[in-house]
Amino acid sequence: MTDDTTLLANDNATRHAGGDGEADVLVRRATADDLPLVIELDGDNTGLHKPDYWGETFHEIERHPGQHFLIAESASSDHEFLGFIVGEVRAWEFGSRPCGWILTIGVVHERRVAGVGSALFDAICERFAADGVKTVRTMLARHDQLNMSFFRSQGMMAGSFIELEKPID
Amino acid sequence: MKLQKATRYGLYAVLELAANPDEQLSATDIAAAYGISGNHLAKVLRDLGRAGLVDSARGAGGGYRFSGNARRVTLLDVISLFEDISSDTGSGDGADTEIGRALDLVLGEIDDIARATFGSITIETLLKTMHWRQEREARAAAPDLASPG
Repeated sequence: MTDDTTLLANDNATRHAGGDGEADVLVRRATADDLPLVIELDGDNTGLHKPDYWGETFHEIERHPGQHFLIAESASSDHEFLGFIVGEVRAWEFGSRPCGWILTIGVVHERRVAGVGSALFDAICERFAADGVKTVRTMLARHDQLNMSFFRSQGMMAGSFIELEKPID
Repeated sequence: MKLQKATRYGLYAVLELAANPDEQLSATDIAAAYGISGNHLAKVLRDLGRAGLVDSARGAGGGYRFSGNARRVTLLDVISLFEDISSDTGSGDGADTEIGRALDLVLGEIDDIARATFGSITIETLLKTMHWRQEREARAAAPDLASPG
């Protein structure tokens, strides 16, 4: 396993010191070696096992700047996998100026409410800011209270766009 | 959206007490801070006490203290103590007509969004949002303050 100094130097990683009851978290770019743990955690969270989707997502993100697939791991020597976040910069749909979109986030169940999600959120926002955008967005199911409460706790509020849908018969 | 007076007072009290966890505040203190009726607020505080959201201490230096979990209690938890904001669709004159049902779909959508919003904002989140907004406003005002002209 790579030591922190090498990670911070080579992988644009960021360290987030935890507050009371929170973990020290290292956030870094995902590698192919992380995919099995991401697939497992996503499967636990969504009930869907999607190895092909995650493989394609990883390779797409590898090729495109402005797309971010980040991993949170313990800053201690064991580098325990804690969670992941995926996002990208999108532009101009229905007149929207370029903004950062968070596509998904997952935190290992036993490590929740310990600052891991906040560390991932902060890290991807730093990368979006470096990409030159000033707004971050996401889209959630209205009744997904866990994620809704999390993103609210990061300061996100309803924006100026609204999701509309209808069944196609 | 318009909340009933008792609901609004309940939110003021919970948020004021949660924002000052090391202090005990009387109903009079809180009422004065918000320019509201002390008697009405005292009744609201009793309801909050019964729900386990505030503790009271009697005597000199007594007052109320927030006793809930600010990371768990949502605005909807407080609101639900004082009023029912669930959809009231499918009842009332004309509700069983085609137009009445179509109108109820829209009203139900609005109510659903309101409940999801209140249910996703904890006391801690609302207080954090307030601090962030204050900091943002201070940052925005700083260049003007620094400007010689």
